[in-house]
Amino acid sequence: MSKSNLTRRGVLKTGAVAGAGVALPTIFTASSASAFTNEPTGGTVTLGFNVPQTGPYAEEGNDELLAQQLAVEHLNGEGDGGCLNTFSSKALKGNGILGKKVTFVTGDTQTKSDAARASAKSMIEKDGAIMINGGSSSGVAVAVQGLCQEAGIIFMAGLTHANDTTGKDRKANGFRHFFNAYMSGAALAPVLAKEMGNDRRAYHLTADYNWGWTQEESIVASTEALGWETVNTVKTPLASTDFSSYIAPVLNSGADVLVLNHYGGNMVNSLTNAIQFGLLDKVVNGKDFKIVVPLYSELMAAGAGENIKGVLGSMNWNWQLQDEGTRAFVKSFGEKYGKPPSNSAQTCYAQVLLYADAVERAGSFNPCAVVEALEGFEFDGLGNGPTLYRAEDHQCFKDVLVVRGAQNPTTQYDTLEIVEVTPVEQVTYPPNHPMFGGDEASLGECNPGA
Amino acid sequence: MDVILLQILNGLDKGSAYALIALGLTLIFGTLGVVNFAHGALFMIGAFCAVTLQRLLSFSHTVVDETKTDFLGNPLKVEKPYIEGWFGPEIGGAIIEWSVPLAILFAIPVMVGVGFAMERGLIKHFYKRPHADQILVTFGLAIVLQEIIKYFFGANPIPTPAPDALSGSVDLGAMIGFEVNQIIYPLWRLVYFAFAALIIGAVFAFLQFTTFGMVVRAGMADRETVGLLGINIDRRFTIMFGIAAAVAGLAGVMYTPINPPNYHMGMDFLVLSFVVVVVGGMGSLPGAVLAGFLLGILESFASTTWATTTIPGINQVIIYLVAIIVLLTRPRGLMGRKGVMED
Repeated sequence: MSKSNLTRRGVLKTGAVAGAGVALPTIFTASSASAFTNEPTGGTVTLGFNVPQTGPYAEEGNDELLAQQLAVEHLNGEGDGGCLNTFSSKALKGNGILGKKVTFVTGDTQTKSDAARASAKSMIEKDGAIMINGGSSSGVAVAVQGLCQEAGIIFMAGLTHANDTTGKDRKANGFRHFFNAYMSGAALAPVLAKEMGNDRRAYHLTADYNWGWTQEESIVASTEALGWETVNTVKTPLASTDFSSYIAPVLNSGADVLVLNHYGGNMVNSLTNAIQFGLLDKVVNGKDFKIVVPLYSELMAAGAGENIKGVLGSMNWNWQLQDEGTRAFVKSFGEKYGKPPSNSAQTCYAQVLLYADAVERAGSFNPCAVVEALEGFEFDGLGNGPTLYRAEDHQCFKDVLVVRGAQNPTTQYDTLEIVEVTPVEQVTYPPNHPMFGGDEASLGECNPGA
Repeated sequence: MDVILLQILNGLDKGSAYALIALGLTLIFGTLGVVNFAHGALFMIGAFCAVTLQRLLSFSHTVVDETKTDFLGNPLKVEKPYIEGWFGPEIGGAIIEWSVPLAILFAIPVMVGVGFAMERGLIKHFYKRPHADQILVTFGLAIVLQEIIKYFFGANPIPTPAPDALSGSVDLGAMIGFEVNQIIYPLWRLVYFAFAALIIGAVFAFLQFTTFGMVVRAGMADRETVGLLGINIDRRFTIMFGIAAAVAGLAGVMYTPINPPNYHMGMDFLVLSFVVVVVGGMGSLPGAVLAGFLLGILESFASTTWATTTIPGINQVIIYLVAIIVLLTRPRGLMGRKGVMED
C-alpha cells in the first residue's frame, strides 16, 4: 500500500507556483539552471547581429553584416585572419571563442526602435544569442541597449553617434565603439578655425530627434568657444524630403556657414538642396559661404554625389587610414567583397573581435566577467591606433577623423579625403560632462540575467 | 519681401509635383472610379526611368590604368562608357550629362506600358469591388513595386544630376529690380515648374480639344450612356490610365535632379497627394491642380522660421489642418461636384 500526501490545497498551491513560473517571460527563466542568460553549453556559441536589413538604411546594415560575417570567419580560423594578426591582445587563436565554434543569427532592426527590440528579443530568447551587435541609429541603440541590460546580454552598439548612448542612457551591459557628437564638435572646431577663421556666423538645420539635438548642442558649444556666433538653429522634421523652405531663409539671414545636423536621406537631400540654391557660390560678410556636415558616412557621400566636394565633416574611421589594423581589415574585406568597408562595417567588425577577446581574457561568457574585461581595456591594431574602452561610461576613446569631400575622386570609393586625424586627447571629456547626463548618469549594475 | 517671394517660388515648385501627381490620381479616379494608392509608386518608377537611362548611357567597359592603383594596391580598373568610344568623349559625355531630359522620351512609352499592365493585369479586376479593397490592393502593389526597385537599385539614394547648363542658380531678384543676391533660385526648380505647367496645360488641352478627350469627359459624366451609344469607353479609360501613369512618371523623371531618387520616394508624396485630391474635390481636375499649388505654398510658408517659432510644429500639420478646415466648410472640396463619391 502506498500513501499519497496529495491534498487539494497542496495541488492548487503547486499549480499556482508552476503556472506563475510558466507565465514569466522565458527571457528571465530560460537559463535558470545556468549562471547567466544563454550560457553556451554545446560546442558552439551564437552571436546576434541586429542590423537594418530593410528600410532606408538597408545598405549600411548590409555592409555591417558583411563585416560581422568576416569577423566570425576570422574567429573560427577561416580566411586570412584579418585583424587577428594585428590586434595587440593575443588571446584569440582562431579556434572560435573559448574553443567553441562561433555561429550567428541575424535580425532586422528596420531602423525602428520597436522592431529592433523585437528582433533582438527573438534572437536572445529563441536563438540563444549571447551578445547583440549592430544597428545604425541612436534611437535603436538606446532601445536595444535597455533590452540587453534587462536580459543580461552584452550589447556592442553599432553606428550610434548621439551623446546619450554612453551619456544619460549608458548601461553596464552596453559598450560603444563609435565616436559621438561631442567628439565630432571637438575634432572639427580646430579645423574650422584654421580654414574659416574665428569670426563666423553659423546657421544650423537640425533633424528633429534625439541625435540631431545632441549634435547641434555639441557643435554649437564647440564653435561658440571658437568665437563663432550662432545665428539660428532650425529643427526640421525627420520625414522632410525637400529642404528648400528651410534653405531659402539661410540666404538672407546674415549667416556665412550652414551646419547640417542631418544624417542619411535627410543629409543627402538637404546638402543637395543647399548646393542647388548656390550657397557655396555666395560671399557673405566678405567671406566665402561654407557648409559643414558634422557626421559623414561613405554611403551618404555616395548618395550626395558631386555635392559633397569641399564640404567638411567628421568620421569614426576611414579605409584610407594607413595604420596596420586598418590595412589588414581593408585587405581582408576588400578581397572578399570587392569594395572597401564603410566606417559602420569597421565598427561592427572591431566590436565582434573585442567581445570575443574579452571572453577569452575573462575565461567566461558571463556578461559580468566580459564587462570587467572590457572596462578600462587598452588595445591597438584594430584601426584608429591606441584605443581605450573607458570604465566609467563604456565609451571608446581613440583618434577621430576630420574629412572633406574630395575634389577629384579617382574611383567611387575615394569621395572623402582625410584632412586631419584628431588625437584622442583633444576629444576626451570627463564622464560626468553635462552633455552626457552630468553627475546623475550611471551605468548601474552589470546584469548577468538568469 | 524677398523671403515671401522665395517661399512663393518654393511653394509653386513643391506644388508642381503635388499637382502633377494629384492630376493623375484624379484622372484615374474620375474615369475608372479607382482609388489608386500605387500612384506614388508610378512617380517613383518614373524617377528610376531616369536612373535606368543614365545607367544605360553610362554602360562601360573596363580599362586597366597601370599608372594608378585601387584601394587594394592593384592596378586601377577605369570604367569607360561605350558611348564615349562611339561618339568621342565630348559628345558622348554630353549625351550622358543630358540623360535626365532625354529620359522624358524614354519614360513616356515605359510608363504608358506600366500603366496598361497595371490596369489590365490587376486593377480592372477590382472595378466592382468596394473602395477599401481597391485601396488595399493598390497599396500592396505599391509595396511590391518598391521592393522590386530596391532589389535592382539598392536602398541608397542615387545621384542623378541635371545637365550643367541647367544646374546652378539664377538671380531672379536682380531681374525684377531687387538688389543683387537677394532672390537666388535654383535653375532646375524653375525648369521643373515650367515643365509641370506645360504638362498640366497639355492634359487639359487634350481633354478639352480632342474628340478622344470629349468622349472621356462624357464617360466621366455618365459612363453608362456613353457605353449605350456604342462607344468602347473601357478601352478609352485604359488609355487614360496609361496617360495618368505617364504624367506621374514624367513628374518623377524631372524630380530626380532636385532630390536623388530612392525606392520609397513615392510614399513620401502619396499621402500628401491624396490630401491634395480631397482638398481640390474628388474627381475635379482643376481642383487637383489648384489645391496642389495652394498646399505647396502653404507648406512652404509654414516652414519659415517665423511660422515655426510662432506655432511650433506648424510645418508638419499645416496641410492636414487646411484639409480639415476645407472639408468642414466645403465638404466636397474646393471644386468638387455633387454626386462624386456620394451615395
